[in-house]
Amino acid sequence: MKEKIIQTNEAPFSKVSVDPITLDVIESALRNTREQMDATVFRTAMSPGIREQGDAFPMVANADGKMIVGQFGSFIHGFMEGYEGMIEEGDMILTNDPYSCGGAISHLNDYLVIKPIFKDGRHMAWAAHFGHLTDIGGRVPGSLPNKAREIFEEGTAFPPVKIYKKGEFQDDIMQIALRNSRMPHWNQGDFKGVIAACTIAERRCVEMAERFGDDVFYSALEELLERNCRAMRQLIMETIPEEKQSFEDYICDDALGSGPYKIKCSMWREGERVIFDFDGTDPQSPGSINFMLNEEMFKMFCGTFMISAFDPQILFNDGFYDYIDVRIPRGCMLKPIRPAALSCRTHALGRIFDVLSGLLGQGNPDFLCGAGFSDSPHFMYSGRDKNGEWYQLYQIGFGGIPARPVGDGPDGHSLWPNFKNVPNEYLEAYFPLRIETYECIIDSGGAGYHRGGNGIRMGYRFLEDGEISIHDDRWLTYPWGVNGAEPGQRSTKELVRADGTSEFLPSKCDLIPVSSGDILYFNTWGGGGVGNPLTREPERVLHDVVSGLVSAQAAKDAYGVVVNGESLDIEATSALRSSKAVAETTDSKVFNFGGDLEELRSRCLDETGLEPPMPPDFSRYNYAYKN
Amino acid sequence: MFKVGVDVGGTFTDVLLVNSANSEFFTAKVPSTPSDSSIGVLNGIEKACELAGVSLKDIDVVTHGTTVATNAILTGQGAKVGLVTSKGYGQVLQIARSYVPGGLGGWLYYQKTPPLAPLDCTVEIDERTAADGSIVSELNIEKARRSITKLAEKNVEAITICLINSFSNDTHEKKLRELVQEMLPKIPTSISSEVIPEMQEYERTITTVANSYVRPQVENYISNLQKEFNNKMDGASLSILRSDGGLATAAAAMNFPVYMLMSGPAGGVSGAMWVGEQAGFNNIITFDMGGTSTDVALIENGQALVRRETTVGDVTVRASALDVRSIGAGGGSIAHVPELTRALRVGPESAGAEPGPAAYDKGGIEPTVTDANVVLGYLPETQKLGGDMAIRQELAEKAVQKIADALGLTLLEAAEGIIKIVNEKMFGAVRLVSVEKGYDPRDFSLMAFGGAGPLHANALGALTQAWPVVIPPGPGILCAYGDATTRLRNEASKTIILNMSAASGAKLAKEFETLAITAANGLNASDEGAPQAIDSETLTTQYEIDIRYAGQGLVLTIPISLEDVGRGDFSKVSEDFDKLHEQLFTFRIDGEKEFVNLRVIALGPKSQLELASSEGRQIDDVAHAVLSDHEIFHNGKKHSAKVYDRSLLKTGHIVQGPAVITEMDSTSVVLPDHKAQVDDKLNLLLSPV
Repeated sequence: MKEKIIQTNEAPFSKVSVDPITLDVIESALRNTREQMDATVFRTAMSPGIREQGDAFPMVANADGKMIVGQFGSFIHGFMEGYEGMIEEGDMILTNDPYSCGGAISHLNDYLVIKPIFKDGRHMAWAAHFGHLTDIGGRVPGSLPNKAREIFEEGTAFPPVKIYKKGEFQDDIMQIALRNSRMPHWNQGDFKGVIAACTIAERRCVEMAERFGDDVFYSALEELLERNCRAMRQLIMETIPEEKQSFEDYICDDALGSGPYKIKCSMWREGERVIFDFDGTDPQSPGSINFMLNEEMFKMFCGTFMISAFDPQILFNDGFYDYIDVRIPRGCMLKPIRPAALSCRTHALGRIFDVLSGLLGQGNPDFLCGAGFSDSPHFMYSGRDKNGEWYQLYQIGFGGIPARPVGDGPDGHSLWPNFKNVPNEYLEAYFPLRIETYECIIDSGGAGYHRGGNGIRMGYRFLEDGEISIHDDRWLTYPWGVNGAEPGQRSTKELVRADGTSEFLPSKCDLIPVSSGDILYFNTWGGGGVGNPLTREPERVLHDVVSGLVSAQAAKDAYGVVVNGESLDIEATSALRSSKAVAETTDSKVFNFGGDLEELRSRCLDETGLEPPMPPDFSRYNYAYKN
Repeated sequence: MFKVGVDVGGTFTDVLLVNSANSEFFTAKVPSTPSDSSIGVLNGIEKACELAGVSLKDIDVVTHGTTVATNAILTGQGAKVGLVTSKGYGQVLQIARSYVPGGLGGWLYYQKTPPLAPLDCTVEIDERTAADGSIVSELNIEKARRSITKLAEKNVEAITICLINSFSNDTHEKKLRELVQEMLPKIPTSISSEVIPEMQEYERTITTVANSYVRPQVENYISNLQKEFNNKMDGASLSILRSDGGLATAAAAMNFPVYMLMSGPAGGVSGAMWVGEQAGFNNIITFDMGGTSTDVALIENGQALVRRETTVGDVTVRASALDVRSIGAGGGSIAHVPELTRALRVGPESAGAEPGPAAYDKGGIEPTVTDANVVLGYLPETQKLGGDMAIRQELAEKAVQKIADALGLTLLEAAEGIIKIVNEKMFGAVRLVSVEKGYDPRDFSLMAFGGAGPLHANALGALTQAWPVVIPPGPGILCAYGDATTRLRNEASKTIILNMSAASGAKLAKEFETLAITAANGLNASDEGAPQAIDSETLTTQYEIDIRYAGQGLVLTIPISLEDVGRGDFSKVSEDFDKLHEQLFTFRIDGEKEFVNLRVIALGPKSQLELASSEGRQIDDVAHAVLSDHEIFHNGKKHSAKVYDRSLLKTGHIVQGPAVITEMDSTSVVLPDHKAQVDDKLNLLLSPV
């Protein structure tokens, strides 16, 4: 990597000893830097996706490209491997092409900007930021075609190009980008915010080096990596068994009528190293649900799950990467081959968290959470209004956080860091629609000692003719419950026409025409529960019932709690609970998936109003996978 | 004519009595009475009157910073609030903004607090208003009546009405309030279009619910206090400090207590503004460090920045507040070393007032920031802590030794490490209000106060380079100075949402004029029969517009003159916005701008009070003020230092560091290679030698 960077000052940094206090001070300063990058982007961006919902992520890495602060791990290495040119001071590189950066970003909508940070002619660090732009062209508004079969249908790709050359902004590149978008105005605002965040990170790093000395700054970054590394090594030794464990979960369908697709991960320890192997995951899909999973990013997911339990104040970084080995077979849906379509990767990206949670948790059931809101459902609505003006909405939905060992899952919340909903009054002021319902879905959270969070029911009344697209999942498979708890309810989408007729829409569909007066109920899924619901304190069940979060019927059926009006019937409850406890088998299975795939398929039409998907035909794709 | 400023803190109630005729000040510090803080207030006022030799009846005005509203939220002891929403929105507080704090994996540990208005006390009403204010479906009064009856059966103590899009048309909210008042005349009712008529349903709901939640307690407290004043002081008028640093009449404070949530911290900033004005410092960063938290704010050209939201505990509301950044680190913050990462962490746990730092010998054994200060010699054993509490060096050492052992450092190194970490946190807070808003702290003076501020002031000055560091006289009671010296203030705002290019000056001017009347009326809100607080001639009115680039989510607040608005001339606000955007975010955008909110601020007359000056320059040698020899530890070395008595320091004196300057309730440290100079107003000005 070093050989691709031109420095006017070649003097190497020296490793000096950094006292523990200075180290902690620099750690705080770096945390501040990241927060400031976030604030800059969220406050200046224009698309609701970034400005209201926070779909943008900053990172600062050391000169070797190892992440020091950020959320999703470093992608500098993957990126530099694919980059052919030379990099010098004042350059800033833009790409949105997952295939030229090893999956550092995973669909074309994510614009990644990388800025090398120099001080006195020496390359000292990297700042990077990526954000989801609302529209980058392609066959559908929003640039996320469910039915795409190649990446060429998903918008305009930029392999790594210099958007700044030696400090000069390359406006011609910007113009190409804007020309290919249905929403150039938003893109421009968002993009400027992302660039500004990198500029701010550069200033902060240079200031820190000035304050503490270049060598101290350099050495402190090394030390911070080492600190994570030490912590992780210890955790791996203590918590990861040597024998192989596996967990699998599914993406329900591919929008082309096939599914479910299996994601399988196995884990074992060899000495100080832990291996995560995705062998057994289904081959790539002909559709757009493939997810180019970056190995480094997956390591960060693991680290986050493991470390944050022990020192929540720690700044996650890449220091522990050498102790984790991630194996993803080429040609599987997590490492697809170009030009496989990628735009709707959000389902698999989300599901990875459930896989990881199940995989790490099954050896330590006391720490196990239910299946979560492991997706990022999208809703798109676009068209021309009565005045001929183009409108285009892209919105992310939220659902039930799973129950956790610390308590119930919050209702209608986001698993993604920093995400927020879009205020409905904002939607109504800027788009031709009215949100008539915005509430939790009663009983949708999995019953358990701790209850899974309820999903959200959002009723969009359309005020103009237009087209809608939907991206969601978990309509066939269940958000599983654990340790005796029930799974959460699945997602549904119901379109009620102005004339009163209604239909269930598939969870993935493109460009469904809607008319003024139609209403779409976008119902997200609930989180899985934790622990036997018959052991939940009756007072907590009563509280949920009077709050309208659990129905009296479900209190009786799932929790064995009898509620009359607004009070507990204590005697009836204990009678019911003892009869239920007797009736229950002694089968204390850890995971409750709501039935096996065959059962889910056979009940599909009855329960969901939709035909079950066909088992995927991998005959054309298996070849690449197995070789 | 006498005026009183009162600040109620967790431990002490501070009272400042001023003779308005000659600006003569008397101060009193008495223990707070948390079960009913009005007792402490009256005790303090009586004590101050005794000191001054004046009668309670000579007092005309009492201005008061109160934490009653804040504490109601922090302790969860507010009213049982009934919430009335539009159909389909009953769970607006349950879902909130769907936000889970804490980064990737934050959801694993996040414990959400229950909504301020319980779900079983929430009812949905059949009605609907559109975003443009048109009525989509009429209010069904008969159904609404049944819903209100349901709330009554739940024995709610206050009611909030917040309907969708009411910021653009308040008809239904007002009709519903009439209904509630008719059915439940004793229940205080807040409507969102009056409390905060701005877009965003969650923010408007939580703000209005918070208003209802704290209202009964605040009403009770203020009316009791006013009753006492009527009895004992011939009806001295009572004003309450608002979060934005202005004063509200007692009546206004009772109707809109959500604007008082930051009343406490606002006192300190107001005090700092006043001291700054007296001593000739216009650009100040305030540094108010107490036992459990530290408040930082930035004052530019004598004005503190105002932020459009207030956060108390887990609750964030849309109410203007001085832009005070609080961090949970103070003298009581506990240092610890997590086994896994072996990093030195300070806070967020705090030893608080009970059991307190180890050195206080009240049962605390964990090492705190205060203990580290004791170990390093910054807080000498001889210092009294505003009471009879004594400091025990050996207990502090024993506690800090635990950190030293865990890190393999000496006792003194560990203590210094704790101080450095906590100073860095303070520095982070200073950066939030300065660098991150495009201000260079070197263009400001750091003003340190609060119980622990003067201890850390010199070190923080070195980090921020905000010289000179100013330590005002009586740094422990600066809040009471603020209460006594600030002015009446009220604001009224409205969401409009309008492209700048399409804005009509005449229309906006009309909107502004209506808001100005609302703001002025609020300023004068009073009980029947009581005199108006001010007359219109002494009223100052300011106009502001919240602007953004069309499409953005943020708004920046830009002042505007009514003349420009009338002429439809928006060139100046446009340029001011571009400049501020560039200062904050490094760039500007060529494109349409959008007006989002209009706001009018009405201000009463300014305080005429002056800070006492030292009588003439003192020619005594500064050595007269030396109490004892002492030793402090700094930068890995021991230094011989002297302890000074601040009350003996006069204008012109220069104290060379290393030194420790003690006074009634506070200790100032002067580090090696620094000096403290006493100015005309008896402030200590710290700077490098």
